[in-house]
Amino acid sequence: MIDFRLPELGENVETGDVLRVLVKPGDSVQKDQPVLELETDKATIEVPSSVAGRVTEVKVKAGDKVKVGQAILSVDGEPSAAPTQPSSGGSRSEVTEPLTTGSPRSSSGGAPVSGVAPGASSMAKAVGNAPGPEPNEATRRMIEPDKAATTAREKVVDISRGARAAVEPQAPDLPMSPAAPSVRRMARELGVNIDQVSGTGPDGRISIEDVKAHAKRLLTNAADRAGTTVAEPLPDFSRWGEIDRQPMRPVRRKTAEHLSAAWQAIPHVTQHGMADITALEELRKRYGKQVESAGGQLTVTSIAVKVVAAALKQFPQFNSSVDVAADEIIYKKYVNIGVAVDTDRGLLVPVIRNADTKSITEISIELAQLAEKARNRKLTLDEMQGGTFSISNLGGIGGSLFTPIVNLPEVAILGISRARMEPVYDKDSGGFEARLLLPLSLSYDHRVIDGADGVRFVRWLTEAFEQPFVLAL
Amino acid sequence: MSTQVVVVGGGPGGYAAAFLAADLGLSAAIVDPEVNPGGVCVYRGCIPSKTLLHVAKLLDESRHAKAWGIDFGEPKVDLARLREFKNSVVKRLTSGTGQLVKVRKIQYIQGLAEILDPHTLKVAKTAGGEETIRFDHAILATGSVPAIPPSLKLDDPRVMDSTAALDLPDIPKSLLVVGGGYIGLELGSVYATLGSAVTVVEMTPGLLPGVDRDLVDILAKRVNQAMKAVLLNARVVEMKAEANGIKVSFEGGGVKDGAREQTFDRVLVAVGRRPNSKIPGLDRTRAVVNERGFIVVDEQMRTDEPSIFAIGDVVGEPMLAHKASHEGRVAVEVISGENVAFEARAIPAVVFTDPEIAWCGLTEARANVEGRKVSIAKFPWGASGRAITLDRVDGLTKLIFDPETERVLGVGLVGAGAGELIAEGVLAVEMGASATDLKLSIHPHPTLTETMMESAEVFFGQATHVFRPRR
Repeated sequence: MIDFRLPELGENVETGDVLRVLVKPGDSVQKDQPVLELETDKATIEVPSSVAGRVTEVKVKAGDKVKVGQAILSVDGEPSAAPTQPSSGGSRSEVTEPLTTGSPRSSSGGAPVSGVAPGASSMAKAVGNAPGPEPNEATRRMIEPDKAATTAREKVVDISRGARAAVEPQAPDLPMSPAAPSVRRMARELGVNIDQVSGTGPDGRISIEDVKAHAKRLLTNAADRAGTTVAEPLPDFSRWGEIDRQPMRPVRRKTAEHLSAAWQAIPHVTQHGMADITALEELRKRYGKQVESAGGQLTVTSIAVKVVAAALKQFPQFNSSVDVAADEIIYKKYVNIGVAVDTDRGLLVPVIRNADTKSITEISIELAQLAEKARNRKLTLDEMQGGTFSISNLGGIGGSLFTPIVNLPEVAILGISRARMEPVYDKDSGGFEARLLLPLSLSYDHRVIDGADGVRFVRWLTEAFEQPFVLAL
Repeated sequence: MSTQVVVVGGGPGGYAAAFLAADLGLSAAIVDPEVNPGGVCVYRGCIPSKTLLHVAKLLDESRHAKAWGIDFGEPKVDLARLREFKNSVVKRLTSGTGQLVKVRKIQYIQGLAEILDPHTLKVAKTAGGEETIRFDHAILATGSVPAIPPSLKLDDPRVMDSTAALDLPDIPKSLLVVGGGYIGLELGSVYATLGSAVTVVEMTPGLLPGVDRDLVDILAKRVNQAMKAVLLNARVVEMKAEANGIKVSFEGGGVKDGAREQTFDRVLVAVGRRPNSKIPGLDRTRAVVNERGFIVVDEQMRTDEPSIFAIGDVVGEPMLAHKASHEGRVAVEVISGENVAFEARAIPAVVFTDPEIAWCGLTEARANVEGRKVSIAKFPWGASGRAITLDRVDGLTKLIFDPETERVLGVGLVGAGAGELIAEGVLAVEMGASATDLKLSIHPHPTLTETMMESAEVFFGQATHVFRPRR
């Protein structure tokens, strides 16, 4: 006797509601035959059996909530009913394998599930890209669904179409988590599924605090999975003096999540360098007025955007992204430079598109406009998307040399500090000269960029700053 | 010119969107053929019809007052004056929205838009000339228009759609209303009260298809008295313009043999509305229009073209102004970078007949279709002190609960003023209020709102004014 357990269903789907059980005791089931119609918060799906044989017991019924790994039915493994299975041992491992696999994305993670609803196309895409040196049976079926699976999918699409039309009145999907609209909205902003939050109020009512606590747990769990240490419990700081607790604002939270993810995913190396910008500074002063009259501001940052854009044409690996799932490096044929802007809402990174095709004057004008928008909260989402490389200039504030964190999914970031007059030994005269030096800090993703290339990139930048006409060549 | 957000269509969805965009500091523009924002709702929908319905109710009550010992005599209707009042209401509201456009520094372009590419519109201006608008994001809020099936199309001013009927051309001796939905019943009852002999013909077996029958039954009693005839299970097969009126042939079970051909002074076709999705140049974008003519959007009101959003009637039912406004605000918040979505649990709907019908959230009919288990508690207005003082006991308050959690899933109302009462139901559903919450919230006496509280008490078999032991 074998139990068929609910396989992994896809990203972040742990439970589902049984809409219909498609088999009954006495039926014989084939491998891949749909046995359950399940509604998850992402999709309505038909779950195919990973075992074959005669059904002896059905352990769930319509309306039940089932969890991944829960026993759905028991099957008497009959060799006749499962001719492709050489032994019951084999089918047993079929059953348990998906359950012990950690990541739903891994090639063996989960029996194929046909099913589609709003997020389905992206889900199908993820499946289609599923890696695997030698696609096993499961992957093959994912990529080339057999006929039965195809018809099942068409059937299911029909069912889920009602759910897709969420704005139409006929299908007001009424998830009745007892949460007020304000609480539901906050949950969405924090990326929390309100149906998974347990409320602590009367009748299980969900408060804003419950949502925050749930989000915190999710973050901690995510950190756990990534193998980092769990945040230690905090001491009661008020024992030592007055404290003030402030909620994290959305931009702050987003920044925290994003930078933690980048820090965890990317093996960072920071390469420092000093660029002699004495000559450049003279040019900057000479042409500053001209750019100003065109509506821009000729700054070290706007020049750096141009320098970096030119460098990226020479070093395409610095303009790439890593697709871990597909084992591929994506090289972008366009150069969009993000520039970190400090605002009272927090850090925002507007993007200058196709910076390689723009003149320094054009960049200066655009940068001034974007920075202004960022500070006036007028930046739109579009204007912050699509970057291929970032620049963070902290020179306006001070300091020298720091280690910026790469803006995932980019692979490198240039940090700029305040230029300083320093004595530089001059070989020819044998004495020291006062030169204006600009500290550069390039952090890069060591997975795709070797140390030698890191130095080469910084040297190229340094030379371009020192001899700006290189840009024109 | 260029703008961050351009809204195509200045109805209640479109102008709400543009206003919020401006309030959030985005530059905004509205393109609309009218002089001021307002759209169908204000110019030829909700607002003019409610103005007329208010007057009609007053007429009815003045007649009814005889029973209370007051005789005003037979009222005289000055149609020109009434029309003037209705127009002044529309004018006042639209000039108000016009003012709000100016103080918010929104660019208002009177004209018709064509999409050139996903970031450019061309507007053929009403005053002549063209204007090209470069935009970061567009919100399509083009609304809907009355649907006239080909079989009911007749090029004769005596055959009207809702827009023509709201102009009150005259008070016809006889009027046929095709369609027993909310538009037909609202306008039909205005004309009936003003003195027309009104016949309503409806294809399905009941008025207001889709609405809970116990609510409709109470309205139907009064409709049957007010109208000359209500033909159910009946269709118009043919209409012919003749000198003495529009000759109409009916078919269907609800028509008596002798009544298969009748002549009416005027005909109002109110069989529904269709989305106004034939926007020139929409095919130059990736936006998709479905087989029913609605622009397909996700819950963040995005079309398949990243720079283009759509809201209101043009994206789906229910075609209601307040749904459009809410969607418009969601779209703008998404554009401004917030991760929000349209996730309302209760969109209230009100039929402004007399008595009014209103509902929100889950209806009993819907629960039946879904096979969903619900508990239902009803409070008839005959037991409401307030309803009796108003001499309007033709009402019912109905709460639909989840039997396990006892939370309010939906509210249905019929009765005088139901449209105002439903707001409490919306709040209850959105907040996830339970039967106990409603029961324990003190409601003012004597008001119709008490029926909400007492319905919740009925759920526990403890209503003060209804004896209904718990099963």
